[in-house]
Amino acid sequence: MSELLRIAFLPLTDVAVLAVAREQGFAEEEGITLDLVRTTSWATLRDRLVYGQVQGAQMLAPLAVAVTLGLSQQPAALAAPYKLNVNGNMLVMAPDFAKALEPDIARRLVDPLGTAHDFAAAIGLWRRKPVIGVVHRFSSHAIMLRYWLASAGIDPDRDIVLRVLPPSLTVEAMRAGEIDGFIAGEPWGSAAIEAGLAETVAIGERIWQRGVEKVLAFRQDWLEANPETVDRLLRSLARAAAWCDDPAHHEALADLLSDPRYVDQPAELIRSALSGRIGARLGEAPVANPDFILFAREATAFPWRSQALWIYSQLVRWGMVAHDAETAARAAAVFRPDIFRRALADSGLPMPGGSMKLEGAVSAPMPVGAHRGDLTLGPDRFFDGRIFDPERIEDFLRDFAPQR
Amino acid sequence: MRIVIIDDSGLRATVLEEGLREAGYDDIHIVPPRGAFVARLERMAPDVVLMDLGSPSRDTLEEMLTVSRALARPIAMFVDQSDDAMIGAAIDAGVSAYVVDGLRKERVKPVLELAVRRFNAFARMQSELDEARTALADRKIIDRAKSILMNQRNLSEQDAYALLRSSAMNQGKKIVDVAQALITASDLLGGGI
Repeated sequence: MSELLRIAFLPLTDVAVLAVAREQGFAEEEGITLDLVRTTSWATLRDRLVYGQVQGAQMLAPLAVAVTLGLSQQPAALAAPYKLNVNGNMLVMAPDFAKALEPDIARRLVDPLGTAHDFAAAIGLWRRKPVIGVVHRFSSHAIMLRYWLASAGIDPDRDIVLRVLPPSLTVEAMRAGEIDGFIAGEPWGSAAIEAGLAETVAIGERIWQRGVEKVLAFRQDWLEANPETVDRLLRSLARAAAWCDDPAHHEALADLLSDPRYVDQPAELIRSALSGRIGARLGEAPVANPDFILFAREATAFPWRSQALWIYSQLVRWGMVAHDAETAARAAAVFRPDIFRRALADSGLPMPGGSMKLEGAVSAPMPVGAHRGDLTLGPDRFFDGRIFDPERIEDFLRDFAPQR
Repeated sequence: MRIVIIDDSGLRATVLEEGLREAGYDDIHIVPPRGAFVARLERMAPDVVLMDLGSPSRDTLEEMLTVSRALARPIAMFVDQSDDAMIGAAIDAGVSAYVVDGLRKERVKPVLELAVRRFNAFARMQSELDEARTALADRKIIDRAKSILMNQRNLSEQDAYALLRSSAMNQGKKIVDVAQALITASDLLGGGI
């Protein structure tokens, strides 16, 4: 008999792997009936997971770390054995604000450092402190936006206003003039561009070429108590992810996600993120970004502990948590490469040999040591060229001083 | 104790407010989660904030509770984390409650219990209303199908209904679906009423 698993999600393109595992029968083949619970806020998704209304959740990676460290309401040890996607975010700003930036959007996007400095100048010209929507304090989006702005000397807590609002309300807030721009997962940036309310200013992939995005999170005690179920689910997700990455399926995937049960937005908008053809501004040809969002290739789903630590380093940097070795260890333990290995040992997937790596050190596709098969890691550089060594967090943090 | 209800649905907020007033609470304010609702809330300095769990504005509210310097005391979700049954009931009912630090749980618990009961009552009302609306719409469709049959086949109203019912039973469908199919077919054939 099939086992029922309830997993909460927010309406975003990032739900692709879960939706496909359910709709293409990959989950059923592993004896799992997926009940995907559509949720409208990260707070409610978190509460449903922490208080046991669902077994798993499509969670912002930094939120999983934050809940575990007790930074977001009721503390609970969470465990993320699988990354649902890498990349997929986009910063869009009102056209009036963007006038102060490089007008050619393709050039704007390939030069994030120059654009950040232009952005710093634009802040002074704007009629108020720019109000930028972020989906959550503990989101990859907010962390990446802070990282990018700070490179040009902008203090995101002083020079701009970060306003938290859910992705589904971003377009309305732009229309009402409540925000001057926002960073969110797709298709919400594209929806604002399509409405003529915004244009693209930066994309996540150009800030960190392989940025951690959503993870599949469980309560740690539930994960430990249900190893066999977790393994079957991860196997079905790996097959669903490969299906999602295949360009031949992008058309069908966009149609599926446009369904009211999932994202409930037009299929064309969703397709642009999948195919990496990113809308620039209304009426202009899209800009090609083949790595705009990744689901399977390059072992995308593998939860590198070093990535959990990178997230942690940024929480420390912005004063959201105080650094000590014990807290760092708890943050690193949220990502569970051991579970990933156990579940997918016999799957034929190339499996990284280690659980930590230098983040930001790969500048061209690089074959790496794998237990099995060939694994090529894609370029994962940060736009400012910094390299994060998870063994030397203090040095990394010192390099950012004296911002805090 | 100052209670603020943040709700988009005027009806649900009213249902909740009435219940709280009947129970003797009189410092109650309703704030719809739109525009600068966070600033309004800050000025009100509430002791308890009740909000629909399904509201997309919860993240905005929590951020304000995290960063606000205007609130004298920190405010966090629920009041007694040890009371799992209560929290479970609240989440099932779709209630989230934020309570200022230091407020005793004996004082908050009745508010939360009342909110849970009222949210549940509202959900029941809503589904009864939906059912009534569907029933009315169904009856209109069936009436139209009956009159098509009565006109085209010279049947009495009773016989027309009996025919609809027996075809529905034979096809394992609902009467309203058979009626709808008949109307569509009749429209296509140009014989619509």
